[in-house]
Order: sequence, then C-alpha cells, then structure tokens
Amino acid sequence: MIRTALIGAGKMGLSHLSILGAHPDVEIVGVADTSKMVTDVLEKYSGFNCFADYKKMLDATKPDACIVAAPTKYHGEIVADLLKRGIHVFAEKPFCLNVKEGAELVKLAKEKKLVNQVGYHNKFIGTFEEVKKLVQSGKLGEITHFTGEAYGPVVIKKKQGTWRADPKEGGGCLLDYASHVIDLVNYLVAPISKIHGALLKPIYSDTVEDAVYSLVETENKISGVLSVNWSEDTYRKMSTSVTILGTKGKIISDASELKVYFKTDDVPAGYSKGWTIKYVTDLTEEVDFYLRGEEYSAQLDYFIKAIQGKVPNIKNTFESAWITDRVIDQIKNQKNN
Amino acid sequence: MDRILYGDNQFFAVNHISDEKSRAQSIKFKDDKTILETIDIARNEGVETFMCTTHDRIYNICNMVRQDPEKYKNFSIYPCMPYAHKYANAVTELGIMGTIKQYVPGNFFGSLFKGGVAFVSKDYISIMELLIDAEMKMFKGINTPVIFLQNVITDLLLGLRMKDILKAYHDYVIKKYNAEPGYITMNMPMLLDTLESVGIKNPIICSSINKAGFRMSGGMEIYEKTLRTRQLRAIAMQVLGGGAIPAKEAIEYVCNLPNVESILFGASSKGNIQQTVNYIREFDKKNMNQMVG
Repeated sequence: MIRTALIGAGKMGLSHLSILGAHPDVEIVGVADTSKMVTDVLEKYSGFNCFADYKKMLDATKPDACIVAAPTKYHGEIVADLLKRGIHVFAEKPFCLNVKEGAELVKLAKEKKLVNQVGYHNKFIGTFEEVKKLVQSGKLGEITHFTGEAYGPVVIKKKQGTWRADPKEGGGCLLDYASHVIDLVNYLVAPISKIHGALLKPIYSDTVEDAVYSLVETENKISGVLSVNWSEDTYRKMSTSVTILGTKGKIISDASELKVYFKTDDVPAGYSKGWTIKYVTDLTEEVDFYLRGEEYSAQLDYFIKAIQGKVPNIKNTFESAWITDRVIDQIKNQKNN
Repeated sequence: MDRILYGDNQFFAVNHISDEKSRAQSIKFKDDKTILETIDIARNEGVETFMCTTHDRIYNICNMVRQDPEKYKNFSIYPCMPYAHKYANAVTELGIMGTIKQYVPGNFFGSLFKGGVAFVSKDYISIMELLIDAEMKMFKGINTPVIFLQNVITDLLLGLRMKDILKAYHDYVIKKYNAEPGYITMNMPMLLDTLESVGIKNPIICSSINKAGFRMSGGMEIYEKTLRTRQLRAIAMQVLGGGAIPAKEAIEYVCNLPNVESILFGASSKGNIQQTVNYIREFDKKNMNQMVG
C-alpha cells in the first residue's frame, strides 16, 4: 500500500482524493486543508484523518506520497518541504509561479530520486496520445506549423473574483487555461522556445487576462499560434485542441475526436490516404475507477505505479512542467515589452 | 420502471465523441419547443419516461408539460440531480462556501455563519436535503417516480467513501418524495457493494453497459457477473458505447443480458428514435419466444 496524503481539498483536491480513495493500492493517511468545513465533512463522513496545518499532518502521518492541490502560489514552499522529507509528489498544474523556484524543485526531486509528477491530464487522453505516436512516426513529413487552442466558459461576466482573478495567486487565463495548451504542444510537437508576440487580453476581468493570443516558435523552428480564451460561453466545458500541419499530412485533434489527413499512401497502420477519423472511445483504455474522465484516473494510477516501480517516471515530470512554466514566463515578459 | 427510457444528452450538447456533433445538436435544440416535440416523438413510440438532468432548460419543459395535463397524463420524468456544471462553475466563482450560500435556500445559513467561522450546526445531511428540494422544485405537479443522483456526485461520494450520505439520499427521496431513489454511476459493481453495506437492498443503478466495454470500470466481466449473480435493478445507458458499436449489434447485446430492467437511450431524430425502440422490442420478443418455446 502506498500511504498517501492530500494537501488542499478544493475542487481538484477532492477529485484526486475520491479517485485515490477507490484505488486498491492506496491508503489515504491524511488530508490537510484550511477550510474547517471541508475537513469537518471529510472527517465525519469519510473518516479521513484531517489537519488544518499540512506540516502537522506530515509529522503525524509520515506519508510515502503526497498530492499537492493547494493554490499554485504555495506550491514552491510545500513541494520543497515534501521533497526534503523524502516524499513522492504529485502537484496540480501549473507547477510554480516562479521559474527559479521551479528549477530548484526539479533539481531537488532528481537528487532525492523521488517520483515527481504534475497534473497535466491531457497527456493521458487517448486522442492526444495517438497524435504523439503519429508525430513520432514521421509520416507527416516535415512539420511546418501548429495551432494550439483552448476555449471554455470560466469567466463569462464581470464579477468580483475569487483566487482565479489574482495574478499573484495563479489566476488568469494564461496560467489556468493556456498552460494546458503550452504543455500539450511542448509534448506533441516540440518545446516552445521563442515568443514572437503575445496579447493578453482582459474581457470581463479587471486584474487578469481572459484571453491569450500568441505567435510562437519551437526549439526546432516550427512556428505556431496559441489561441486561448476562457470567456467563451459557446462552449459547455473546456475544450482543448491542436492542429499540426506537415508537408505530407495534417492532424486535427481534440480530447474526443482525431482527424488525420495523409497526402499519399505512405501511412501508418490503421490509416489511409485522405482523411481518417478516430474517436477517443476507440483509443481509451478502461480504468478501474471512473470519476470524471479516464485521464484523471489514469494519471494518478501512473503516479502510484511509478512509485511502485511498475512504470518509469517520465510523463508529466516536474521538469516538463517547469519547461511549461518557462514558456508562461516568456509570454508574460513579452507582453510587458 | 418502463423497459425503454428516453434520455436528454442530445438536447444539451452532450456528445461523447464529437464536439462538432455537440454543436450541431445545440443548434438544432436551441428552442425548448423543439425539445418537447422530440420528446413527443418518443412518446408516440410508446416511450413515456423521460430521464433528464436538472438543467435550467428543463424548467421550461416542465412548464409546457404542466400546461397540457391531458396530453401528458401518462408521462413521467426521472430527474437526475444535480446538473453538476452549474455547481462546478459556481465553486470556481464563489468557492465551496459561497456556492452553498447561493444555492441552499432559506435562512438555514443564518445560524451557520453566526460568529464568523464558528459553526453552530454541523448537520450537513440537512444541507443536502435542502439542495435536493431546490433541484426538485421545477418538477412540482409532474410524476417523478424515480429520482436519480448523477454519476459525478455518486462516484465522488463513492470514492470518498461517504456511504452515509448515499444512504441519506436514499432515505430522503423515499420519505419526502415518495419516490424510488436511483443512482447513476460509472462504477456499478463497486457502488452495489457500497449500497448493500449500508443496508440498501436491490437498488436502482443506471450505468454504462455496452458491447464495447466503454466506461465499464473494472472491465466488462465483472459487470456481466454482477448482473448474473447479484440483486439490483439495472438500467443500461451508453449502450452504443459512445458511438463505437452499430445500433443493432449494440442493442442485441444489452437485450440478451440478464437482469437489465431498463434501457436508456438518447436520439435526436425520428428515424433514430424509431429504430432504437424497434430493435429493443424485436430482440425482447425474440428472447421471450425462446424462453416460451
């Protein structure tokens, strides 16, 4: 049994807690949250050992692994503390608000040889996994351009914000929504290294941007456009998509549907010249416990398996999430120039 | 429960395999009237039960139904609560406390918030009961013989092992609404174990059951075994496996399973509604004949 604790029982924290609560190899040893009501309910109805102070929880419960779903601004401090204590860490995204702090955590996790993962769940979605395989197959020819998009209805009217509206706390469309797109492009195409231009536009918010539009370039010189808007209420929920254009073909994919075009008969198995459409239902492996998408269960299962030594700790590492943080930082700085 | 239940995903742009199809559906059903007309098509095929989320737009559908009691005298709705996106968006905007404050009716929180953070009452079950009442308001005067808890909440509570809350839901639906409680889940075998452990016998459980094994957590075998050997009133949903299986094949599989009391389906055109209903009747008849013969 992997003795696991949770720090931060908000929306994501509760979701992780439920998935891990049903995991046969996991024992939940403690939950830390500053909301008395949340810990009260979890104590009364789940029987979890709850704490207001995460340090006290770590002292008392000595977990093997810990999920960090506290607000992003606390990640640096909490994750450093966990690593120093020799605890494996799964942190929510984005990784760190401060790139320097993030770099130290990457180093520390490596030194301590601890399993480290960040919750960029798109990498556990069947369609995007298939995109990765297609890109690696080389059958698209030379990749010339990509578009990464995400739209959804988070801020759809003027309002007094919660933490999401405070840039110092990790609010804003760039950190919350665009981070997913950047991370996905870094994984599927190549890490973004240059920002040619960026617009961070407020639509309804006063203090943060509601949309991010940026012209970027990867380290291997592939150009791309990021278009992200969380004030888009024609979408029922967040929808993330990528388009990848090559000299011999093209991919358009979102979390549910994959459309692939090949110019010639030189195609990977399962595809043909012209358009092929595949659905996530054909590309997804069943999970043992489903809460809100296979990918949420799959990423936590991967984390637990990595601790058990059953899978390598190579997906969504601190390092890959830190590269995403770096791009976020570059976009912020570009905007200030 | 009726053998065939008509669902509502198609009306609210819920499509598991294509965002484009979702958009096409949301255009088709932008008027509430079109939704009711499509429900009427299903009713004309003899499908008189509509199983739906407590979406804001259902409020208008209920109004229209109430205005024509004669026409809808045999019509039932199985509400499925809550419409989770409403609360999820509210939590994003207002936090957990703010959301409860906004949606729990009455002065309940007057005492709870007295003295800042100090809680006077710790009766969370009554908060849940008030939320159920709030969701049920729109169905006043409409026949709602079974009331469901949506899978996101059922499964969240299941993973968090909050079985007393699952039981409290069960008891309250019976006591207050004189209806049967039902649970939607993506983890049917695990849920059945949990419900039985708090003394709920033969529960109504609606879950994905399909030939592709889609969203049958833990695998098809354990689902099939549970249906064969355990006591529950199963409703099969997502029988087409999110579109992965041809309709006829999909329905044949579900109709041949033991212990599936009802089949829930959604379709937006007259042709597809008729086709699905006909397949179910056809395979049921065949099975009946085999049993008799």
